Amino acid sequence: MVKRRVKKLEVHDLTIRYGDKVALHAASFDVYENEIFGIIGPAGSGKTSFLRALNRMNEMTPGMVVTGSIKFDGVDVNDWRDVYALRSRIGVVFPLPVGLPLSIYENVALAPRLSGIKSKAELDEIVERCLTRAALFDEVKDRLNSLGSLLSGGQQQRLTIARALSQAPQILLLDEFSIAVDPVTTMRIEDVLKELKKEVTIILVTNLVAQARRLATRTAFFLQGELVEVGDTEDLFKRKVEDNRTTEYLEGRFG
Amino acid sequence: MSKSIVSTEVAANARGSAWWIDQVARILVLLGGISAIVFVLAIFGFVAKEGLGYMLGDLDLVEFFTSPEWRPTAMEPNHGILALLVGTASVTGLAMLIAVPFSIGAAIFIGEFATGKTREILKVLVELLAAIPSVVWGFIGLSIMNPLIIEVFDVPVGLNVLNAGVILGLMAAPIMTTIAEDALKAVPDGYREAAEALGATRWQVIFKVVLPSAKKGLVAAVLLGVGRGFGETMAVLMATGHSVNLPTSPFDSVRAMTATIAAELGETAHGSDHYKVLFAIGITLFFITFVINMAADIFVRGGLKMSGKNS
Repeated sequence: MVKRRVKKLEVHDLTIRYGDKVALHAASFDVYENEIFGIIGPAGSGKTSFLRALNRMNEMTPGMVVTGSIKFDGVDVNDWRDVYALRSRIGVVFPLPVGLPLSIYENVALAPRLSGIKSKAELDEIVERCLTRAALFDEVKDRLNSLGSLLSGGQQQRLTIARALSQAPQILLLDEFSIAVDPVTTMRIEDVLKELKKEVTIILVTNLVAQARRLATRTAFFLQGELVEVGDTEDLFKRKVEDNRTTEYLEGRFG
Repeated sequence: MSKSIVSTEVAANARGSAWWIDQVARILVLLGGISAIVFVLAIFGFVAKEGLGYMLGDLDLVEFFTSPEWRPTAMEPNHGILALLVGTASVTGLAMLIAVPFSIGAAIFIGEFATGKTREILKVLVELLAAIPSVVWGFIGLSIMNPLIIEVFDVPVGLNVLNAGVILGLMAAPIMTTIAEDALKAVPDGYREAAEALGATRWQVIFKVVLPSAKKGLVAAVLLGVGRGFGETMAVLMATGHSVNLPTSPFDSVRAMTATIAAELGETAHGSDHYKVLFAIGITLFFITFVINMAADIFVRGGLKMSGKNS
């Protein structure tokens, strides 16, 4: 059976600059619906800049200039009149878990509340569903009112995933989510992501080549602001697509 | 210089210059640290020596705190400070009504919205404003606010609670702005980014995330302003009208505790009842400031539960 692939994101000729420094140069690629799209590459290769451009965080970063286009369901992200509506369709998980100084419940309920949901029953349902999907509910269900920032690092990272899911986003961005998380929790979160893939499109930025191989349907390799290659993860790792730099990175010769 | 090789035993018993420098530095820092305690105790000791014995002995405390009659030089002197207490409190209260929204608003603008040059210039100007001597503020109260209030509100006297409250509010706002802005700056950027990534608007980020996280620092800023209000002397002396009065409206002249001490202490005979009762006012001020600080401390400790380990 050939799966019909719907383009969720179309990135065309995307260039990102900070002042004179080019963070990403003329990158073009597509991300398909319900896949995990891996982005690998050493530090400073433009991975995070791409994520920031996607939900227009560049508007908060002085000096960050984005040219080219990112189309989300065919609409350029810059054409969204309401940037907040755009952001609420894109969930973000940052490298270091940021438990907002609110209770566990309020961390997850914050975004739905901000978007106008007031009913307690509805909020309860959202909180429980998101925490369950982030594989955290069983651990915290008896202390939903205690502070989110008091959870362990791994729990906080799952809390941020639950929070990112609280507005039923269509795209979930994970920016090196595992750097502050122990290996056991990392594996649990990876299992969560495999499940979530059925419902949302996931973009996984990672430093761990093996993690991309385990999870990603397709993978892009960024190096010093250049998109070196992009393709099905298996093809990339079996070196069906050839670029020496990718081979060297995958084999651990640098980075 | 080459390092000579010595036996372990010799090396273990030697004390080099680094060790001595370390010890001396430790003692100097310790002296600096305890000097604050020493000074506070010494000041309290001095004020208490001059006034506490009198306050607990000959002074009629019921009259002192409940009588609005302050006539320390009359044949039958009255030593009631109620009017002075109410005067200080009403001026400070009005000042806070003005200064709190101003300073928190300014801090939010400087900390969250202004960027680059605007921000730097604003910060410098706010700090400059904080450095204006209080007598200059008093001058503004006398020569600008006074006729302005008479003109605008059609009242006979412009030196009153309103005048002093506005002046004191403007005086307290810059330093409160600086403290409040520090508190906002201490909120990790990660909180803002996390909230913005959830689709929160600028205002939602500020009201739901930044202000609650900075709550302790903001309360500290306000209490600092209150402390400033109670302690300010010169500007209040010049702008209140300095007449003993229980105010019923913002247009009544009042007299502040601090201003009373400043104006009268130089004219009293050392050791007289008048002299001692002024010190009793000083002790009362000391006590009020102490209570305000304690309240701030308790609040900050109580607030610790809300901060968590990554704050």
